[in-house]
Amino acid sequence: MHPIGTVHYLALSAALLLIGTVGVLTRRNIVIILMSIELILNAVNLNLIAFGHALHNIDGQIFAIFVITDAVAEAAVGLGILIALFRNKETVLADEIDLLKW
Amino acid sequence: MLIDIDVVLFYAFAAMTLLGAIFTITRRSAVHSAISLIVSLLGVAGLYLLQQAEFLFAVQIVLYVGGIMVLFLFVIMLVNLDQAAKERQFNRQWLIALAAVLAVAAELAYFLYKGAGEIHIAEAASTAAAALPPALGNTEMVADALFGEYLLPFEVASILLLVAVVGSVVMAKKRI
Repeated sequence: MHPIGTVHYLALSAALLLIGTVGVLTRRNIVIILMSIELILNAVNLNLIAFGHALHNIDGQIFAIFVITDAVAEAAVGLGILIALFRNKETVLADEIDLLKW
Repeated sequence: MLIDIDVVLFYAFAAMTLLGAIFTITRRSAVHSAISLIVSLLGVAGLYLLQQAEFLFAVQIVLYVGGIMVLFLFVIMLVNLDQAAKERQFNRQWLIALAAVLAVAAELAYFLYKGAGEIHIAEAASTAAAALPPALGNTEMVADALFGEYLLPFEVASILLLVAVVGSVVMAKKRI
């Protein structure tokens, strides 16, 4: 029995996911919220690769490539939105953008 | 007692990943956060290498650390973050958020604890089925699957990237 099994990777991936979630939910700075989303996507990739390795299946790695593609698209559009937002409202704090709040 | 090099490497990369992630979400300065995130992503890349995903290891370093993080650093320089760094860093609902995340953490820990046995059984079955070493290298197998079975999703992903490029240019440009 190999001492480091899939369960170790799953626990690490869960921890990374939770850290990323805390970042998204508690930080005010939009740049750091976007970085936390990258952390969450990396946790997903780690999970996919761990299962692909355990089951001797290449599909997990293919899905990880697609997740990375999504992460790139999300970062590009998110940072574009951030620049447009900063030009119009002069703030990068998420809770100061409350135009639609009652 | 002989210490397995895989175990040492796993815990080293895991510590790198988690500490980098924690520093990413707690630092006041966005540049410090970005550098911590780079450390975390490099740790994840090392874990890919431990799992025999060599192609993704290279992709992770070239694309994430070399591409996305440079994009982040450019935006940090374009946007003036000095004002934001002086203000409160966490929003008002942080206590509720932390409680909710702790609830999810307890749930995940319970499931991992209960499900660990099943995963070991599945692993043993699949190791017995695929005892032979793979004839092809990792990159070759990824390419075969990507350009064979997953050709349509691959093309759809390229359209997604095109849309993202156009969208970010439209978003960031002053006047179209």
